[in-house]
Order: sequence, then C-alpha cells, then structure tokens
Amino acid sequence: MSTSALRPWDRGAASDRAAETGLWLFMAVVATLFMLFLSAYAMRMDTADWTSIVMPGQLWLSTALLLAGGAAMQRAAVAARTLHHARARRLLLVGGAAAVAFLAAQLWAWQNLLDQRVGLSGNPAASFFYLLTALHGLHVIGGLLAWGAVVQAAMSPATEPRRLALQITLCARYWHLLFVVWLVLFAALGWLTPEVVRFICGRG
Amino acid sequence: MALVDTATHDDAPKSFFTRYVWSQDHKVIAVQYAGTAIAVGLVGLLLSNLMRLQIGFPGVFEFINAERYYQFVTMHGMIMVIYLLTALFLGGFGNYLIPLMIGARDMVFPYMNMLSFWVYLLSVLVLMTSFFVPGGATGAGWTLYPPQAILPGTPGHEWGIILMLVSLLIFIVATTMGGLNYVTTVLQARCEGMTLLRMPLSVWGIFVATVLALLAFPALFVSGVMMLLDKTLGTSFFMPALLSMGQASDYKGGSPLLFQHLFWFFGHPEVYIVALPAFGIVSDLISVHARKAIFGYRTMVWAIVIIGGLSFVVWAHHMFVSGMNPWFGFFFATSTLIIAVPTAIKVYNWVLTLWRGDIHLSVPMLFTLAFILTFLSGGLTGLFLGNVSVDIPLSGTYFVVAHFHMVMGVAPLLVVFGAITHWFPCITGRMLDERLGRFHFWVTFIGTYLIYFPMHYLGVLGMPRRYHEYANYDFIPASAHSLNAFITVVALFVGAAQLVFVYNLVRSALHGRPAGSNPWRAASLEWATPQVPPQHGNWGATLPVAYRWAYAYSVPGARQDFIAQNAPLQDGGVEPQAPSKPAPGREAAR
Repeated sequence: MSTSALRPWDRGAASDRAAETGLWLFMAVVATLFMLFLSAYAMRMDTADWTSIVMPGQLWLSTALLLAGGAAMQRAAVAARTLHHARARRLLLVGGAAAVAFLAAQLWAWQNLLDQRVGLSGNPAASFFYLLTALHGLHVIGGLLAWGAVVQAAMSPATEPRRLALQITLCARYWHLLFVVWLVLFAALGWLTPEVVRFICGRG
Repeated sequence: MALVDTATHDDAPKSFFTRYVWSQDHKVIAVQYAGTAIAVGLVGLLLSNLMRLQIGFPGVFEFINAERYYQFVTMHGMIMVIYLLTALFLGGFGNYLIPLMIGARDMVFPYMNMLSFWVYLLSVLVLMTSFFVPGGATGAGWTLYPPQAILPGTPGHEWGIILMLVSLLIFIVATTMGGLNYVTTVLQARCEGMTLLRMPLSVWGIFVATVLALLAFPALFVSGVMMLLDKTLGTSFFMPALLSMGQASDYKGGSPLLFQHLFWFFGHPEVYIVALPAFGIVSDLISVHARKAIFGYRTMVWAIVIIGGLSFVVWAHHMFVSGMNPWFGFFFATSTLIIAVPTAIKVYNWVLTLWRGDIHLSVPMLFTLAFILTFLSGGLTGLFLGNVSVDIPLSGTYFVVAHFHMVMGVAPLLVVFGAITHWFPCITGRMLDERLGRFHFWVTFIGTYLIYFPMHYLGVLGMPRRYHEYANYDFIPASAHSLNAFITVVALFVGAAQLVFVYNLVRSALHGRPAGSNPWRAASLEWATPQVPPQHGNWGATLPVAYRWAYAYSVPGARQDFIAQNAPLQDGGVEPQAPSKPAPGREAAR
C-alpha cells in the first residue's frame, strides 16, 4: 500500500493517502510518548529507593493474546485485499476479541499484584508498572474504538471493498504498533535493572 | 495525471449552527481558534499589568498580596506561551493559511479539525475555572517545578495545580488532533504543481513547528501525568522525601530534576513552535511589502528545518543552575550557540530581501521591521545566556525576563499583529483601519522597548526575578525602584493600546473599507480564490495549479509587479533552480 513515491497530485483517492499518512504520524506520536515515559522510567530507576517487582505470570498470556490479535488483523487485511470478505470479517472480529482479551489479562495481572499488596504508591517500580500498563491499555481501548467503526463498515454492504481493505490494513498496522510497544514495555518493566541503567549511563 | 478532485461543491453547511459553531470549515475553525486565543491572551495581558502594578508601586494595591502575585505570574506565563501563542500560530494561522496557500479545499480530516478546536476551548475553560476554585489558581511559576508546585505554601496547591495539569493534558490532545491534520494536509493535499519547495515560507514555518509540537508535547504530557499522580494518588515520581510544614511527607525518592528534563525537553522546542511560524510569516510579509523575492528561499527552508532539529538538543540550557555535570553544560552551551547560525542566516536573508526592495511602509511591514529588530535584540542576549558562566549569575535576574520577553514574547506578537493586518482583508473582505493600526504599532513597538530594555540593566544590577516586593534589599538602589515605576506606567499604556487593536478588529470587520480581491498585490494562492473572502471549498469548481513559487515579485518584463502562483506558465517568474522539466500543467494532462 505504499504511496510514498507518488506526489500528492499524481492520482486520486487523496483521502486514502491522507489516512495512511495520518496514521503513521499518530503512531510516531504514540511511540514518542512511550519512549519518553521509558526515559523517565530509566532515570527514576537510578535512585536509592528502587525495588524491582516480579512480573505477574499473566503478562505472558496477554503478550500471546496481543500477538495473536495482530496476526489475525494482518490476515484479515490480506483477505480483504484479495476480496475474501467473509474471511476478512471473521478475522477482523478475532483480532478485536484478542485485544479485549488482552485487556482482561492485563487486569488479571493487576489483580494478582494487588493481591500481593503491591499498590500504586510506595514503590516507584510498581507506580511505573501501573502507569505504563494503564496508558498502554488506553491506547488499546482507542484502537478498539477505531476497530468498532471498521467492524461497522465491514458489516455494511454499502462499503466499497477497496476502502474497507484500507481500513483493515490500517487497523492491523495499529495493532502491530500496540504489540511492539507492549513488547518494549514488558521487557523494560521486567528486565531493565538499575545496574543496566548505570551501565548505559557510563557509571556502571 | 491530473488530480481527481473528489470534493462535492454542494456540501456547504446551510444552517447558522453548522456554519459558524460546529463548523468543519478550516477558515471558520481558524477564526474560532484565533478569537479564543486572543480573548484568553487579554486575560494574560491583564495579569501582567496587575503584576507590574505591584512591582512599580508596591503596597499601594493591597489586593495584590504575595499569593495572588505568584498566581498572576504563573497564569500569565502559561496563558501567553501555550494558550495564546501556540494556539494562535498553529490553530489560528495554521488552520487559515495551510489549505489556502497550498491550494487545498480544506484540511484532510475536517471533523477532527473541528474537535481540535472544541477540545482546545475545553482546556481554556478548565484553566479559567482554576481562578475560582478554593485556594485559587496555581502559583507555582509557569514551569510548575516540583516539589514546591504541589506542596502547602504554594498558592493553589490544592485544586489550582490539578486543574492546570488537567488543562494542559486536554490542550495536548487538541494540539495533537490539529497537528496531525496540518502535517498530513501539507504532505497529501497540495494542489497540482505545488512542490514542497514551492510552498510559501509561512507554510514551511507552520509545518515544521507542527512537527515539533507533535514530538515535544508528549514530554509535557508525560511530566503532567506523572505530577498529577504524585499530587492525587501519592506516587513519588518527582517528589523526594521531605519535611513539609514541619511534617514528614509520605513521598520518598522522587527526582525533581527528572521533571525539569522532561519539562524542558518540551519547553525548548516550544520556543520554536512559536518562533518558526513567526519566521515563516515574516518572510512572506517582507517579500510582499518590499515587492521582492525572498532572498535565499531554499536556505530559508533549510534553516527552518535545521533550527527545528537542533531545538531538541538544547533543552538543558534552561537548567544550567540545577547543578549538572560540567560536560553536559559544555555540550548544551555548544548546541545552543550552534543554533544561532541558521537563525542568523534567516536574519541576514530578511535584511538582504529588504536591500534595494521597493519597501512599502504599510502596517504589516512596520510590524515586520519591528520584529527583526526585536528578535535581534532578544537573540543577542540569548548568546549571553547560552554560556554557562554568564548564565549562572544572570539566571535568577530580570535580565532573563527581558531576554525571553523580547525573543519569544514581543517578537512573535509583533508578527501576529502584522500577519492579522496583512490577512484581515482575506478573512473579512475589509481592510483594518490604518490610522488605528499605526497608532497601535508605534505605542506597542516603542512601549515594549521602554519596558524591556531597562530590565536588562535591572538584571545586570542583580535585581532578582520572581520576587513579590523589593523592600529592604540594600543592593537595589532607589533609582531601580523609580525605573520599575516607569516600566509599570509604560506597561499600562501598552496594555491599553492592545484594546485599540481589538477595537480595530471589531470595527473594521463591520465597517472597514472594502478591500477588493488582492489589496497587497500578493502572489501566493490565498489571494487567488474565485471569491475573496474564500467561500466553502475555497476554489469553486476546479482546484488551482501552481506554476511557480510564491515570490515572483518585480520580475523584469512582466506585465505587473507580481505574478500569481497560479498564473499561466508563459507569464514567467518561475523560481530559480526550478526542475529542468516543469511539472505538467493541467492542460498538458488533459
């Protein structure tokens, strides 16, 4: 779907290109936001009161769910592009359901931590854990809102197939971003240690 | 291939409500943004005059106690930087100029554009509400540094700071929605022939500033969210262990310095979010009102891009006094001084554009000339402050107040006034009253010099900023107090002169002299719409085609002293270094 080699006035369907560009930009903003949060996380880690927390096991489940959701979305996009509409609709629903299940698994992980009396305040590692997972969850919810609109379009016979394929492709792209961001967050929350930070900062 | 123009022309909103309130038309949204920004800017102006009353005549106005003074300082700073200048340049000028100047019918996401304004309005309302909550608005200083921002002893530490942070977060959402629109529109909705290197510099300035906003505001978002959690839920992201009012707080281990890094990682690009649109607009105003092509167009574009890039690696020059590794200080001082190079190129190019130009001393040109002088004065003191060893003694003094007001307060505002005067006929079809415009210009221009020039001396004298009163400081001579009284009197006059400007806007919009279709004889596309002011969809039945850059002024042999960007190719005036094969015209494509 790349249109980067074309100039704005080279062909029609300007709104398709605009939607693609708009989403890339938005993804850059989201990536910047999480990158800055992670910088803050690393800098805050390098203080005396830091106690790492053990990652709840549910996170592995949620990781698998989000990966599966992205894969389903990607296959839905391929199906929509090759005009296999029923299959595309099915996979689109699976992709969304996987994201909902991901959120449920994240909440389960929160419950697990709360059962162990790991609260929001007190330990900055826990504060960051809740904050970052919550913000990522909000981005998933934002994606689900857009997904809802795409599902509506997919169910309507009036939707132009080319347009629908684009919408599902963009949805899949956002799902991939959600997965990559989650992977980086999970890795940082679970395995970045003050020693590693000090090593990166040249003080290790 | 010619552009398929998919816009329908009968989709213009019919009712008053959809036309002027829930409007998705970029021109209406621009006016809504600008109107709100100017209204909130007047509040900021009032606050500054109240501050000056206290500094000039301490103790005379009893209601300006220390608490209120700090609230005025904080709200004045935040209002002017964020809610006035950022909103006006991006939401106001960005919205109005981008689609018209690049030959588009509207922004690419009109609904999101409308939402952007309403969310911005919500952020302003939340901010204004903070004046009326228990404890009043926050008095933490516009930088909102923790730990003091959320601790007892700071005005507005209960609700004011919460509303300030919430308002900022809402504002960032609005800016992001608008910003995605502006950047995507520039990248994807340009008319045929409008290459990136044919765009007017106004669009370039706004475009790069918007990219900065999209990448820098997340840093404010991060710091805002984390401080909000520190305040409301007792986390310790920024809050160290401390005694507050003799009591041990529950906070421990947080890093106030981390907040400063995040804040200034946003805060310095913010300076250029305001300055780059001003740079772009000034370039266009100079070119039109000196009837001469901008000198070094491509250098100007690259300077904008390079300044934008460098603005992300200078933030810690705001933190020289925070106690940093000397190597860091050295790095940030160096990067700060390097940014002076592309900036100086721009100033030289403006001056070289004027050289041997047919300079018309119209009101926009007066403001433009004033901008160059003011920006130069403010920029030069920036070279002082960019050096660590000079910054450290001056950092806490009125020298800094003078510097940043000249360079990012007054200078961009002069551009705002010039730009509004220039584009007012495009927006309303009427000219702003010239006599009132000149009066406003001279009072503002001379007044701001009378206000800020003396502040440099006060700063060098060691007069500290952020103080509510200066009684019993032996090192401050009586003459400094007299100077402060003088500054206050001038500030009141300058403040009142701004009301003349607002009056001029309203009066001229209703009764101004009809402007005709292109009163300044400008070459860029916003003056080439079938109707002036442009109607819904901007371009009537067919989109324009750009055959040249926007700076074809005084072209030898041309019929008149400008050639519109969309005039046929045979009229000449194509930009230097144009591609050897000009972009195919619409006729050729057919």
